[in-house]
Amino acid sequence: MNAIIKQPSATLVPFKARLDAITDPARKAALGALHRSGLPDRRVEAWKYTSLRFLNETPLVAPSEEFDAEKARAELDRLGLTAGDGADLPRLVFVNGRYAPDLSVPPQNVGLSFFGKTEAFGTLSSPDRDALTALNAALATDGAEITVAAGVDAGRVLLVSLGLADAPVSFHPRHSVTVEEGARLSLICVQGGQGRYLHNPVMELSVAANATLNHVTIQTESDDAACLATLYAQIEERGSYDSFVLGLGAALSRHEVHARLNAPHAEVHVNGAQRLLGRQVGDVTSVITHAAPDCRSRQTVRNVLDGQSRGVFQGKVLVERIAQKTDGYQMNQALLLSEQAEIDAKPELEIYADDVKCSHGATVGALDDEQMFYLRSRGVPEAEARQILIHAFLAEALALIPDAVAQTLAAHIMEIRFPVTGEE
Amino acid sequence: MTQFLDISGLCARIDADGQEKEILRGVDLSIPPGEVHAIMGPNGSGKSTLSYVLAGREDYEVTAGSVTFQGKDLLEMEPEERAAAGLFLAFQSPIELPGVNNANFLRTAVNAVRRARGQEELDAVAFLKTAREAAKALSMAPDMLKRNVNVGFSGGEKKRNEVLQMTLLQPSFAILDETDSGLDVDALRIVAEGVNRLRSPDFSALVITHHQRLLDYLVPDRIHVMAKGRIIHSGGPELAKQIDSEGYTRFLAEAA
Repeated sequence: MNAIIKQPSATLVPFKARLDAITDPARKAALGALHRSGLPDRRVEAWKYTSLRFLNETPLVAPSEEFDAEKARAELDRLGLTAGDGADLPRLVFVNGRYAPDLSVPPQNVGLSFFGKTEAFGTLSSPDRDALTALNAALATDGAEITVAAGVDAGRVLLVSLGLADAPVSFHPRHSVTVEEGARLSLICVQGGQGRYLHNPVMELSVAANATLNHVTIQTESDDAACLATLYAQIEERGSYDSFVLGLGAALSRHEVHARLNAPHAEVHVNGAQRLLGRQVGDVTSVITHAAPDCRSRQTVRNVLDGQSRGVFQGKVLVERIAQKTDGYQMNQALLLSEQAEIDAKPELEIYADDVKCSHGATVGALDDEQMFYLRSRGVPEAEARQILIHAFLAEALALIPDAVAQTLAAHIMEIRFPVTGEE
Repeated sequence: MTQFLDISGLCARIDADGQEKEILRGVDLSIPPGEVHAIMGPNGSGKSTLSYVLAGREDYEVTAGSVTFQGKDLLEMEPEERAAAGLFLAFQSPIELPGVNNANFLRTAVNAVRRARGQEELDAVAFLKTAREAAKALSMAPDMLKRNVNVGFSGGEKKRNEVLQMTLLQPSFAILDETDSGLDVDALRIVAEGVNRLRSPDFSALVITHHQRLLDYLVPDRIHVMAKGRIIHSGGPELAKQIDSEGYTRFLAEAA
């Protein structure tokens, strides 16, 4: 047992007033867990590389229900969601964690309700283990609950989060997605905002037998924000959950995926890319559990790190004793563009079955001199040649996104944040 | 002095595993406008190094000598400035650029050079039309414009892609570094025709090769023999046949 070094509750000061006001029994349990552990510091193994100090600096209040609609629309424009491929998609827009019907175009062919009305916590999450999930459970006010009925191909749904508060706020959306047997959904989450805030979503994703959920998260939050997301996915027999996170924004971000392959021939992809600069910290953490035989998991994460930014990759693959014939692959690659940029990569394989195929690898490097010279010898100026090679490195990661429209949207939003100088 | 390309006393070295290695040991070579010259020579004589130094690769350190290109000090220029000034190097081993679409790459290069030359940039439609025609003339499969630069290309496809780039960039001086290596006879003829199409009073080339075969299709005005980092002999196109039958031994002996 660790000695209790400081009051866990000290880490909860930014949220104290709201936590003290909780009376609902469903939230009390989460609150209890949270009070016992506090928010993790870097002595907690899973948070060794990522500090939550960001949260200690400012009290974060609950956002008011009102928001500036004009500002919200301008932000949707800026994210490129009101023109081109994104404009025609049904979309659910949340502002400061609350559903904004006036900005939304609800999808027709899915079952839709809202956490704000149902207060239904799902069963896949672990508030007793994951402090940020407990924080979410304690403070969640709203979220989308999407169900795709058996056999239905629901097409694409955009789930947009905008952080638009005048004072530092925190919001804790609670989303759940259920794709029933044989159904399909392409879910595209876009997260943006301005100013200082904490976005702390929890998402539970349930993929039934023979169902397919393609899920892309494009995180381009405010430079002054923290985005700490935890996702729990469960995939049943021959189901497929294909996820990709593109991390571009936020001073501090963590995208933590817990995926459980629950029945034979289930498949999961936990891919991603991040492009960071300045003093940004971006953490991509995953725990993939093979809990049944004959399942497949794939993970490729690419990082482009400039300035004094820091990328964190923690990827654990847990193969339970029953999970024979597991096929697992994991790769983390980093392109470091400056002397001060840093990548911390921690792959972990924990295997209890004896007939499995699991591989993992990591690469770290700078831009290739020969490629740079080749481009420059064709007349491309040095700065532009760099941009082309960075873009290419990430384009190869984005190519892993199976939904072409989601892929185009991700590339488009990346270009909004990082325009390629000169031509294309 | 030709006032086009003049290389004088050029010495260059490379830092190989912590050891300074002298590769060019006083190259003197002049190429007048409108002429095609060939350089032949044994392996390790410095032919490729010469081409890299002229194109501006940074791992080589020039320790002595000068290169003047159309009146300008070539060695002072960045690689992209050399390209804009009209110099083109067809690489012996073309570099693969995963994730970079070939058509986008070609258009970026062409427009970068056009910008630097004060010409108007080509829009996507106009460019694609030009590129497709040029690719067709080199018997390249149409999908090669859509693929990533040189990724998964066969040796011959890579070399054709080099000639395609040369055609589109319209250089006044091209260096072809063993563009014939790894090509079958048909491909060789297509590549040579691609270069011949560019021949004009405003286009010069330096062709580096091991084989007389390329020079049958691409007849040079002059042939130079390079050995141990220097040009040791120069002559007319008939020199190719002599080298092919006798090898370099006689020239090496004469130079010693």
